[in-house]
Amino acid sequence: MQAATLEFRHVHKQYPGADKPAIADLSFRVEAGDICVLVGPSGCGKTTAMRLVNRMIDLTSGEILLDGRSVMERRPAELRREVGYAIQQIGLFPHRTIADNIATVPKLLNWDKTRTKARVEELLDLIGLDRSLGRRYPAQLSGGQRQRVGVARALAADPPLLLMDEPFGAIDPINRERLQNEFLRLQGELRKTVVFVTHDIDEAIKMGDKIAILKEGGHLAQYATPSELLMYPADKFVEDFVGADRALKRLALQRVRDIDLWKAATVRTGEDSAAAKAKLADADLPYLLLVDDRGRPKGWLSDRALSGERIVEDLRSSADPIVEMDDILRDALSDLLAADTRYGPVVDEAGAVRGILSLEAVGHALAATGGHVPTATELARESAAHDGRATADGLSSGSGSDLARS
Amino acid sequence: MSGLAVTPVLAQLSDDFFGDRQGAADRCPGNNELCPGWIVDNFTDYLNPLWEHVLLSVIPLAIGFVLATGLAMLAHRYPKLAPPFLAFVSILFTIPSIAFYLILINVTGRGFATAVVALTAYTQVLIFRNVLTGLREVPQGTVEAAQGMGMSSRQILFGVELPMALPTIFAGLRIAASSTVGIAGFAFFAGAGGLGQSIFADPRFRGNVVAASVLMILLAAALELAVLAVQRALTPWQRAVSR
Repeated sequence: MQAATLEFRHVHKQYPGADKPAIADLSFRVEAGDICVLVGPSGCGKTTAMRLVNRMIDLTSGEILLDGRSVMERRPAELRREVGYAIQQIGLFPHRTIADNIATVPKLLNWDKTRTKARVEELLDLIGLDRSLGRRYPAQLSGGQRQRVGVARALAADPPLLLMDEPFGAIDPINRERLQNEFLRLQGELRKTVVFVTHDIDEAIKMGDKIAILKEGGHLAQYATPSELLMYPADKFVEDFVGADRALKRLALQRVRDIDLWKAATVRTGEDSAAAKAKLADADLPYLLLVDDRGRPKGWLSDRALSGERIVEDLRSSADPIVEMDDILRDALSDLLAADTRYGPVVDEAGAVRGILSLEAVGHALAATGGHVPTATELARESAAHDGRATADGLSSGSGSDLARS
Repeated sequence: MSGLAVTPVLAQLSDDFFGDRQGAADRCPGNNELCPGWIVDNFTDYLNPLWEHVLLSVIPLAIGFVLATGLAMLAHRYPKLAPPFLAFVSILFTIPSIAFYLILINVTGRGFATAVVALTAYTQVLIFRNVLTGLREVPQGTVEAAQGMGMSSRQILFGVELPMALPTIFAGLRIAASSTVGIAGFAFFAGAGGLGQSIFADPRFRGNVVAASVLMILLAAALELAVLAVQRALTPWQRAVSR
């Protein structure tokens, strides 16, 4: 089972005795393989909306279609075994081993032992946990490891749809970021349809291909891609919820390679000084960048370096910060500001200079409203297709340090 | 329960535990002193009462555990039943055991069965309350996770809630064990023997009282340890050290 489409059609939910509906006329469609984030203030009905999908709560009217088939036609237990479900780490069974926890749904589906065992091992590998941890109990794992197990358990029977209710809610910020990156990397491989509930707009922007912002009473305020949401908030509510820094948040959705970089004038030691000066005419920055034989940046040349006939290695300053093409624009900007500089060389995978990232270039990217801003899944897919360096690094360091702790 | 029915029973009981008293003084050289030597010599006399006491403790605990757990599971499933159930088992606990035996003797007659019924009744409140508390303390999120993965309510009860409640359930069972050993000391009122009968057979002879009492204490401790051993075997995750 690869991935399913999910569609809400005019869904209402009214609890008996309540004067207002919990969900009011909710309609949206999630394409197969997309992450849809339900986000909103507490009491907006985001968790209720998610639970309508696997019938932990039954809707009052309207339809929810999973791969075109109404969930109300399905038996709840059967439906739930087909839809992955992950909640905060508290959802793990403390009295069962990690392997048994992961095997919960396969056992409910009466898989034979060999198949279940093989699947558990496959999932432990997938989430980067040592197989020997399968015999441990949840209390013996770190919070981050437990959360990974929660995701593995939800994935156990290879469900076409995954429901995740604030799955990273109880995790400290550093580990949360790591888990988010890991999940996006996994999603790049697995391409499940995911409904993800959070109250954190930053998490929504990071994780979502589509974001459904709900406001009180279960009204859909806006359903859009993260960049649409940031650029064109539908109303005052969305604008406030997204935050005054929404322009800055867009930086988190772009990578350095996505924007127009400045041209750099690069020279090597021993080059002719006059020819080097001529290169400046073509560059966006009036400084020469000294590189080594393989084009890797060494530093910014001083005027004295050009005083002779040939260029000598006399630097006015180092090349720091050196920015990578795959860096998130927000992080790159942060590097520039931290180094107290207005520009830094951008290098490719081999470390060779490809251009200059400057505050002005970032500003230009922010001002541009056109152009394609990729979504989280696209980014994850792209880097999985590449060598996946940025996210894979996050993963290996993440699980590595967790394993070291255990 | 007319006075007519009770009076001959009392007469018979007092005959049982005071009948043998006269000869007791000669048995110990130090006349009613502790006399360890006498205890060693006559230790075998206590084995039969000890065995009776073991049965008087273990059987009510076993029956009581099954009954109270069943009641608590019902009360957990149907929360409206919890207050009346709790009131019922609490009232049972407040009946003085001698009165309980005298009432029951008219129904079940004198003997082992009467004692077991009363002792079982006394275990109810301790076990019931702990089982119900244990079931209620299972975090909502864990139960919801189980529901969300498609477990039925029966699978959740037996596969998640009861196992997770085991530490609390066993805590109740341990208290019930020592309490039952103690209350069973009065089982001889119902004509069921036990170490209480040994004590009351010669209450002025210190060696006799100490021998029987120490055996009761040891039995209570042994039962608690046995319950603890079962608990440890059934809850391996409790020993898993959190890091």
